[in-house]
This record gives sequence, C-alpha cells and structure tokens, in this order.
Amino acid sequence: MSNILVNAPKTAKRGEVVEIKALILHPMETGFRPGPNGRIIPRNIIERFTATWNGAEIFAIEMSPAIAANPFVSFFARADESGTVILRWTGDEGFAVEERVAIAVE
Amino acid sequence: MDRRLFLAGTAAVIVLPLAPAGATQEAMAEAIRKVVGTATPTEGRVTLDVPPLVENGNTVPLTVTVESPMTAADHVKAIHVFNEKNPQPNVFSARLGPRSGKAIVGTRIKLGDSQRIVAIAETSDGKFWMAGADVIVTLAACLEEST
Repeated sequence: MSNILVNAPKTAKRGEVVEIKALILHPMETGFRPGPNGRIIPRNIIERFTATWNGAEIFAIEMSPAIAANPFVSFFARADESGTVILRWTGDEGFAVEERVAIAVE
Repeated sequence: MDRRLFLAGTAAVIVLPLAPAGATQEAMAEAIRKVVGTATPTEGRVTLDVPPLVENGNTVPLTVTVESPMTAADHVKAIHVFNEKNPQPNVFSARLGPRSGKAIVGTRIKLGDSQRIVAIAETSDGKFWMAGADVIVTLAACLEEST
C-alpha cells in the first residue's frame, strides 16, 4: 500500500527508546458536514490505531472525528528485542489496513 | 406557496444547522468525568503543546508530553484529549505502558472554533494529571462544504 508513510529506525540499541511516526491517507469525514446536495456526508473515520511489537501491544489510540484528515500519529517505544512492529488502522465502513516495520536491536 | 408556510419552512431550515451546535464546557466536563470518575485531576506533569494562534483549523499539530519514568511500577497508562467547541468533546484516547519508554503522543487535530483544549493523563497509581491550552482559530474546520 502506498498510502501509508511510516518513519521508524531500522536499527536500535537494546533498551533505546525510539520514536515511531505513522501517517495514512484517509478523509476522516466527520459526519457533521453537509455535502454539495445539502445532505450530511456520512461519517467515515479511522476509529482505532494500534501498534504491536512481536505481538505485544505497545500503543493504541482511539480517534474521534476531531482528528485531522490523513491522520498522523507519533509515539515512542522501548526497543527490547529485534522484531516486527505491526501498525493497524481500523474504522468505519470496514476499514482495516496493516503495515509492518522490522526493527533490528543490537 | 402560502406565505405563512414558507416562513415556517425557512425558520426550520435556519434552525436545523444549529442542531449539532457542538460540544460545550458542560459536554467537555461530562466527557472528562467519564474518564476520571470521582477523581479530581491535578494540574501539572502534563505539557500540552499546541500553537496558540492557528490559521487553519483543519490540521492543528498537537503533542502531549507527560513527565514519568515509564517503569513497570510508575508509568502513564493513558492520555486523553478533550475540546470545548467541536461537535464532540472527545479528541483522542491513547493507551500507553512501560514499553512506551516516553509518555509522548503527537497527532494533528481539527478545531471548529477558538477554544480551550484539555489533556488528561492517567498514571499507574490511579492518579490523574492535566494541562489546558487556549487556541485561537482564524479559519475553522468542518464548516465549509466539501467540493
């Protein structure tokens, strides 16, 4: 998927705290705006974003319509072991997208 | 068309857009109560980084930083952000843990009006810490029609 941008280090020292930034293209339609025909455009947002490191959840965020379009999230994680970070976005209209990032711990 | 009917019709049209008038201070207080329960959040430990003057309310950078050692015994469990005047009082709720290393969460939000933003952090000892910031918005989000 080319509509996801993730910024995370490829390597980290053991115990180092690394920053992970993630951006995804999504309209984050609030459900409060009228469209060109005067009717309210139905809500279509990403409700939840989670990050797991080798299966263990390290970060989760519940979003509301107040999160800007193309939601950007930055958070930190302690690098305990080499592994795969799985970023997962889920939301309205069955939206579910995953992105994997490998981080090697020395 | 009957003039009276027409007037009643326009009145209804004028009133309708006001119906989702947006969150109020009370709505925000209620949303905060749902998170903190009977506890009272203490001012401090939380830094809410948001520009005081925003030209475009559609995308406003916001970072919440909480002072915490982030150990298994003493860490930040959750960070919640609330607003006063958007249609809904909740902005986001983030869950953290000792694996986070640093209690910092950044994102970009929408602001429908100039208003006060409040960030609340829940620590592992069950205490709540908070910080607030006032933001002036010159071009609000959500109001214009999509094209």
